[in-house]
Amino acid sequence: MAVMLETTIAPGHYGPYGGRFVPEALTAALDQLDREFRAALADESFTHRLSELERTYTGRPNPLTLARRFSEHCGGATVYFKREDLNHTGSHKINNVLGQALLAERMGKTRLIAETGAGQHGVATATAAALLGLECVVYMGEEDTRRQALNVARMKLLGAEVIPVTTGSKTLKDAINEAMRDWVSTVEQTHYVLGTVTGPAPFPEVVRTFHQVIGREARAQILEAEGRLPDAIVACVGGGSNAMGLFSGFIDDPEVQLRGYEAGGSGVETGKHAARFAAGTPGVLHGARTYVMQDEWGQTVPSHSISAGLDYPGVGPEHAWLHDTGRATYTPINDDEAMEAFRVLCRTEGIIPAIETAHALAGAMRLGRELGPDSIIIVNLSGRGDKDVATAARWFGIDLGGAASDALSVEMAEGR
Amino acid sequence: MSRRLADVFAEARSENRAALIGYLPAGFPDRDTCVDLISTMVESGVDAIEVGLPYSDPLMDGAVIQEAVERALIGGTTTDVVLDTVRRVAEAGAVAVVMSYWNPIERYGVQQFAANLAKAGGVGVITPDLTPEEAGPWIAATDEHSIDRIFLVAPSSTDARIATVVSSTSGFVYAASTMGVTGARSTVSTGAGDLVARTRRQTALPIAVGLGVSTGEQAAEVATYADGVIVGSAFIRRVLEATDSSAARESVAALAREMADGVRA
Repeated sequence: MAVMLETTIAPGHYGPYGGRFVPEALTAALDQLDREFRAALADESFTHRLSELERTYTGRPNPLTLARRFSEHCGGATVYFKREDLNHTGSHKINNVLGQALLAERMGKTRLIAETGAGQHGVATATAAALLGLECVVYMGEEDTRRQALNVARMKLLGAEVIPVTTGSKTLKDAINEAMRDWVSTVEQTHYVLGTVTGPAPFPEVVRTFHQVIGREARAQILEAEGRLPDAIVACVGGGSNAMGLFSGFIDDPEVQLRGYEAGGSGVETGKHAARFAAGTPGVLHGARTYVMQDEWGQTVPSHSISAGLDYPGVGPEHAWLHDTGRATYTPINDDEAMEAFRVLCRTEGIIPAIETAHALAGAMRLGRELGPDSIIIVNLSGRGDKDVATAARWFGIDLGGAASDALSVEMAEGR
Repeated sequence: MSRRLADVFAEARSENRAALIGYLPAGFPDRDTCVDLISTMVESGVDAIEVGLPYSDPLMDGAVIQEAVERALIGGTTTDVVLDTVRRVAEAGAVAVVMSYWNPIERYGVQQFAANLAKAGGVGVITPDLTPEEAGPWIAATDEHSIDRIFLVAPSSTDARIATVVSSTSGFVYAASTMGVTGARSTVSTGAGDLVARTRRQTALPIAVGLGVSTGEQAAEVATYADGVIVGSAFIRRVLEATDSSAARESVAALAREMADGVRA
């Protein structure tokens, strides 16, 4: 076991949110992560290596794209996309994973584990593990392995072991439970690459820090393109990592509205949703105090969304604090509204977005009408939609016929 | 005045043996059978009972306890049912503590939970995912209602951490024998003895070892260095494997006797 200093680092809080609610067995590993994280950020060889990987491997900086035709569907507001979908592996997730994988290497750990919902974080983790020569195990809810079969195949091609989780609701929440159980048993050689801005301290801060590059680039790019800051920035919020990355670049600019869109599922009133702010209450889940979908006894209520990546009953604790302080606003977007935005984007800009991202696009369509034609909005285009083609084809009634890939046929045959 | 954890450990010590603590989730396999099985455990030599509060996301538990709590939740086990279970077993003479993940207690209301548990005759609470740093209001509430507050130490805990944990703990210190989740193991980690020794240097409180103890032989081994032996998954497995409730009762009684012999060996 790595040498441990005889100190305890005060866990991070965001107002009443955050903290560290975990078995004592994990305290030492979280303290170690906290120390190594801070030491790494102060170490030029680490930050240089990370930025070189971002430039030469991820493909950063990615562009800020003016969406002329999509803007027409947003009340004439000028809409820009921050193109995280153009990153290697197809989403923002790689930003955090490269940072954490380098941290793992620095801590002398040889095995990465991760949870994944839509599979984007799992793919990114499998990618980083391959790149650095680390072992990789990804926990994924059985339900999600079916609806995101393509990403399961990608992870396996990259050499990762994918373990379907059959407990509880068989989705992201249960994958996190399983990853935590693995971690507590293997912590000496294993780093848990948590995929979003939640979990016990210091994870929310670690993940946010590695995604800040999104906001940093976007801020510089919009100033260059428009000579001024945007009126609003928009992101979808599952755990909330892509949103936190974008928000971080503008959080100190009070004139910029921060808008997060969570999954309204079939509608908040139906109970089948993942709208933590619209219908959740403060509680503790997966190591952090935050907004949680829970019943009157504190039992977690299963979430529902067409988007596996937003299908999570908790949310990052910093978002909870931004919500309570009023600095950011969170609004649910139902499945049908998200899928309409998905369709519009495909046809107006030639970009197939992830269904997660489609929630942010739907938000921008609403918000643009509210803010009017003189406004400027940046949407975080957090991921591309290749993984969602089967779901979208089914939603829009597209006959895949004989051209369907095996993965698609399996999904269609199962009626999913 | 009813017996408390300190009395249980003092009695065991006076008999030159370790105390035996048994775990069962409330509502498992159903409300009444749970109470019945707990009485059986006490009659067969278990000194104190951990009544588990079933929670939807038991991330410190292995497959056996997960299955049991899932059944209990499907059966409608709420926090009120847990408190009622404590009341019934306490009335039957058991020394009972609750084992609960933090969120259900926070949701119930920290003050109210401590007050209602005291009223039900419960004497302590084990909180596996609450560390002293996050426990301010809980410490105040449990002090006010004279509820023992049991925190955990683990093999990875530094000596400084152990000092912090034991300074907030009362009743006994729960030493997690191994880095891992609950569940029977063929051997109890050799790290447990070292952890108990390190903890002993920091506190005069009794120290009980849990995680992985499933046979009388293991109980005897742990009893050579610890003040208490905690058995959970092994009891649950007996219940899960039993064909009916009377078979479950017999099987649980047999295991309790084996364990009780073990802590006296």
